[in-house]
Amino acid sequence: MTDWRARSPKDRLRLPAQPMPEQRPDARVRNMNEVALGFSADQARAEAARCLQCANPKCVAGCPVGIDIPRFVAAVADGDFASASAVIREKNLLPAVCGRVCPQEDQCQAACAVTKALKSAEDSVSIGRLERFVADWELGHGYVLPEKKPSSGKSVAVVGSGPAGLTVAGDLVRMGHAVTVFEALHRAGGVLIYGIPEFRLPKEIVRREVEYLERLGVEFRYDWVVGKTVRIKELLAEHQAVFLGAGAGLPNFLDVPGESLCGVYSANEYLTRTNLMRAFDFPASDTPLIRSRRVAVIGGGNVAMDSARMALRCGAETVSIVYRRSEKEMPARREEVHHAREEGVLFSLRWAPTRVLGDERGWVAGIEVIRMELGEPDASGRRRPAPIAGSERVLDVDAVIVAIGNQPNPLIAESCPAIRTTKWGGIVVDPNTQRTSMKGVFAGGDVVLGAATVILAMGEGRRAARAIAEYLEQGDWNGAPDPIPDE
Amino acid sequence: MFRILEKGLLAPRVNRYVVHAPQVARSWRAGQFVIVRPREDSERIPLTIADGSAETVTLVVQEVGKTTAVMADMQAGERLADLCGPLGVPAKIEKVGGVAVVGGGVGIAPAYPIAQAHKTFGNHVIAILGARTRELLIMEEEMRRASHETVIVTDDGSRGEKGFVTTALQRLLDLGRTIDEVVAVGPAVMMKMVAALTRDAGIPTRVSLNTIMIDGTGMCGGCRVAVGGRTKFVCVDGPEFDGHQVDFDLMMRRQAMYLDHERGTYEDYLETRRCRLDATREPSRR
Repeated sequence: MTDWRARSPKDRLRLPAQPMPEQRPDARVRNMNEVALGFSADQARAEAARCLQCANPKCVAGCPVGIDIPRFVAAVADGDFASASAVIREKNLLPAVCGRVCPQEDQCQAACAVTKALKSAEDSVSIGRLERFVADWELGHGYVLPEKKPSSGKSVAVVGSGPAGLTVAGDLVRMGHAVTVFEALHRAGGVLIYGIPEFRLPKEIVRREVEYLERLGVEFRYDWVVGKTVRIKELLAEHQAVFLGAGAGLPNFLDVPGESLCGVYSANEYLTRTNLMRAFDFPASDTPLIRSRRVAVIGGGNVAMDSARMALRCGAETVSIVYRRSEKEMPARREEVHHAREEGVLFSLRWAPTRVLGDERGWVAGIEVIRMELGEPDASGRRRPAPIAGSERVLDVDAVIVAIGNQPNPLIAESCPAIRTTKWGGIVVDPNTQRTSMKGVFAGGDVVLGAATVILAMGEGRRAARAIAEYLEQGDWNGAPDPIPDE
Repeated sequence: MFRILEKGLLAPRVNRYVVHAPQVARSWRAGQFVIVRPREDSERIPLTIADGSAETVTLVVQEVGKTTAVMADMQAGERLADLCGPLGVPAKIEKVGGVAVVGGGVGIAPAYPIAQAHKTFGNHVIAILGARTRELLIMEEEMRRASHETVIVTDDGSRGEKGFVTTALQRLLDLGRTIDEVVAVGPAVMMKMVAALTRDAGIPTRVSLNTIMIDGTGMCGGCRVAVGGRTKFVCVDGPEFDGHQVDFDLMMRRQAMYLDHERGTYEDYLETRRCRLDATREPSRR
């Protein structure tokens, strides 16, 4: 390989973007293995050599956790993968996860100078894929644990082991604080383990990222439901600070007749059954799954795509995404929509469910949908859909998966009235410090944001860890939402 | 953690377990439940807490499928893989006067701490215990202690009166006994019948629902029921609800969703259990 550094920027712009090797669609719908297979070392080096190594890199600002992207990419181009891994680990504790599930096209890659120069988002440097390559290389070759500061004698309770909680735990433990993570389920990872399917994020990878934190000294306690098993006040009696990262709570349902018929699932239930409980393997696994033949998935986000693709892998003959706006407004990543289409997922766009029809035994026998037209943009900037009277039709399905978001976890606020929440149940925090209205308590991730992304939750965790460390040192509690007055 | 300290048979296929679980024991209250995974590869199942001490909780489990059968084959000294709780909202215990606590089948177990709590609170507690037949009647002694009066009914009359819990409840009402509130815990159809009776009599009635759950913490929505025409989640809004508002028919249909699946795995498990038993017997000599 010629020395990539010798190439002029103009030359580098002529280098072709490396395609991601993938399982073929007809093969992958019959297994749970990962769809994207990852770059080879040669591919990674060739892709990394496309980086212009900007003096003022915009990609770093686009990364919610601020990875020094040009430096790690240069190390990849040099073939020095160990150094690349060390650079990423400075800022990101879950690189194998982020390399797979971050929406890079909206973050680092959107800001990439190659994207701008070639006027094509598809041709940006594939930073995410390079991150994944480095992380996978590291999993295969072992890593050197980063240095930890000496023990501060302080301890922090982290509630929830999803992306926000894991980030907080990793950051604080490296700063020398003792960290205990309280997890309600029997495995760590939160949405990484119960929500995102195996074919997009193998659970073995999550397990190894958690193991990395354990080796750093983070203690994990399972089967602890904060707000039930232990109260926040009790945690504060034993720890100097508490971080709440309990994630999303109750799934939203359609609020149409028939939503509780047998065969209507929340995406949370469908994905938890199949991912966490491995119901796709029933009866080899103990948790059962109904083998549905024709499935409608309501919603247009990543969770809807995951559910649809999971349903295909569980043997459904047809799976249709039913979304009330057009493809342009879909919140799902383009890559997910593309993969779903390749695998044969059908799209019923600009249709909204009006009722679920049942048979005499109470099982789903169809879903009635109505045609929508798009009006003026609403608060979210997306065009507001409105039903066209008389346009109803019935889709012949035997299962409905509802993927239209969640409310934040209700247990915490319910059990601790000192924590201020919004009207829709999200915990109110100071946006700079993630402080809640209760002294010593911080929050981040979906428990604050509603339903967002892994990397945004990690970004909040990073910010919270910094603020927690500062609070542990100085004990100063300014700049938090007003406390709720004692009654 | 989660070591089974005691295990005993209360009735055919009904076991009582005392499990070491200090973090649950210290805060549980009547009406709450736990999610249990007996073994590492098991399903998560909800079980209502029947009793407790400083460091233990007591569970009464009827063997109805593979997961409960796996649990039935575990012995004192073994550990449950997971036990998570206490979950759900505690039973509402208020000073009302006369309370009839109706327990049916293994529902008597979760009814027991509720009766106890009402008695401690100063209510006059009449326990009505129902079972199909005398061998299946459990926790009679405990319930006698937790109540002021106890009425026992069996479907076949092999113990107590012959009839259903509703027969006994109706008779108490006919006698003009003061019953200001009814609590019913048992099979869905029993709770439905009790609620129908008390609706006509205008007596507030609380029922404790046992639906299919996965996480049990308000995440999956699998446990949803219709209460007063609105969707409620048994795990975080319940398990106790106003019996007059619950759509029992919908609930029963949802409870039965996986029956075919469960039958298959249970039969397979029973087959392996038989083989295991055969293998432990001495080989016969020819």
